[in-house]
Amino acid sequence: MSIDTATAAKVAKLARIRVEEDDLPALANEFNTILGFIDQLNEVDVEGVEPMVSVTPMRLKRREDVVTDGDQQDKVLSNAPDAREGFFAVPKVVE
Amino acid sequence: MMTDLNAMTIADARNNLRAGEITSEELTEACLTAIDGAGALGAFVHHTPEIAREQAKAADARLQAGDAPSMCGIPLGIKDLFCTKGVPSQAASGILKGFKPEYESTVSQNLFDAGAVMLGKLNMDEFAMGSSNETSVYGNAVNPWRRGNDEMALTPGGSSGGSASAVSADLCLGATGTDTGGSIRQPAAFTGITGIKPTYGRCSRWGIVAFASSLDQAGPMTKSVRDAAIMLEAMCSHDPKDSTSADIPVPDFEAMLTGDIRGKKIGIPKEYHMDGMPEEIETHWTQGKDMLADAGAEIVDISLPHTKYALPAYYVIAPAEASSNLARYDGVRYGHRAKLAQGDGITEMYEKTRAEGFGAEVQRRVMIGTYVLSAGFYDAYYNRARKVRALIKKDFEDVFDAGIDAILTPATPSAAFELGRKSDDPVEMYLNDVFTVTVNLAGLPGIAVPTGLNRNGLPLGLQLIGRPWEEGDLLNTAYALEAAAGFVAKPGKWW
Repeated sequence: MSIDTATAAKVAKLARIRVEEDDLPALANEFNTILGFIDQLNEVDVEGVEPMVSVTPMRLKRREDVVTDGDQQDKVLSNAPDAREGFFAVPKVVE
Repeated sequence: MMTDLNAMTIADARNNLRAGEITSEELTEACLTAIDGAGALGAFVHHTPEIAREQAKAADARLQAGDAPSMCGIPLGIKDLFCTKGVPSQAASGILKGFKPEYESTVSQNLFDAGAVMLGKLNMDEFAMGSSNETSVYGNAVNPWRRGNDEMALTPGGSSGGSASAVSADLCLGATGTDTGGSIRQPAAFTGITGIKPTYGRCSRWGIVAFASSLDQAGPMTKSVRDAAIMLEAMCSHDPKDSTSADIPVPDFEAMLTGDIRGKKIGIPKEYHMDGMPEEIETHWTQGKDMLADAGAEIVDISLPHTKYALPAYYVIAPAEASSNLARYDGVRYGHRAKLAQGDGITEMYEKTRAEGFGAEVQRRVMIGTYVLSAGFYDAYYNRARKVRALIKKDFEDVFDAGIDAILTPATPSAAFELGRKSDDPVEMYLNDVFTVTVNLAGLPGIAVPTGLNRNGLPLGLQLIGRPWEEGDLLNTAYALEAAAGFVAKPGKWW
């Protein structure tokens, strides 16, 4: 499997990371080196093996479906780059 | 004469504090002075002397009142990955610049509840992604150890490089670390200190910036195995805020340190004899084996057949989880937001913010993770890696079922290397974790113990791997190894 610059651009887009056009060939190269390393996994016979879900066999705990937290709008917003009138502010989303 | 206060072990300091020979305020001042003189190590990146002095005072009051848990009054460094209330917590990333959490991580809260003192935050690789502390937005942390009189700066390892450097240079008595693929054990080995990653689920992950949630665990980095036992116990707890936190009692680990390992079966996995491994690592491993045998353990050759595939599986699973975890850094709720150009919409905001805020290695791993999870590749990469992970775990289960109590391996494939030497080849850097990463994939406890010096005078460590939830027994085996090795060397002070 070889990654070309178009695929690298697509991955960058999916990851929401801006990569300049000029940097795409080097990025594709790095991907190919890493994926080449990962491709060793194809040597392993995994027939009939279940993919691991949890490393320790434990049942996730359940609790009552009730509100246990809240009323801390100020704290939630305190680190926002742009917070206005009790909300996170972002560039216009709808035209 | 008493050793310099900041050079004390946690156990010695505790005994002296309880006996009223010293105060936490004196101990804390000694550490703050040591930190002020150690800027060249790049270990502490946020200093919190006011908090430290206040906590030390409170600890002294508790000691006076006779209410003093083991960690009471002990000055620590906290890895920047832990959220600490009101104190910058950036995971060494530009994207979290200015972030001051409104809450405290469970592990640091547990330590503070036990009376520990926070000196400041410690350097690390960005989002814990790295093995040399060279991906940090704060710049490199530097190893206090040098090759004899050679002034070449060496890496303290990573990702917990600042923690390792600080403990090794006696800037604090102990430090918190986290370990996703070897990030406690590799830097501990590179700096001549002890570091343990407990069983997955022992320490709550709540409030620790997430890298790869199925692999991440916190643990202590200390000057001795006894200190590791004391500090680990204080860090562990069941925490309803982390659904993978284990609801089982935390034993008194220190009480389990008898040093008696007679009759214990120690496995030596043949697959850890790697091609091209330096002679000194091989020799050092053999010496460790002899030490445990002399202490009465039985040495057994074992096989962990899927070892070779651990790193490739890790480099699918960890980036996949990272790409998902790091999706939250989008410039909306906290940290950095890029300056936008006229007409930029929300997508440009995300893309520019993440390009500016994440360093090269983090971007690389997020994108690799995005790729292996993308439509058409999910089965070929991600599901296959999870199947291989199941096989790696089964390798360990098989040897433990056959009666093995612990496994002895080298901690790292080399001693500490020069800063800058490996930073341009990602795969070569990844090989640093070849002996440690299997332990994360299998969720097991693993400990690095300093056991000797190489021919250049740099520390080397060995790793012991234990059965799940049996940290106490593992620490005891490590205690016996530590006693046999008698490692007491310290780096010569040049900083």
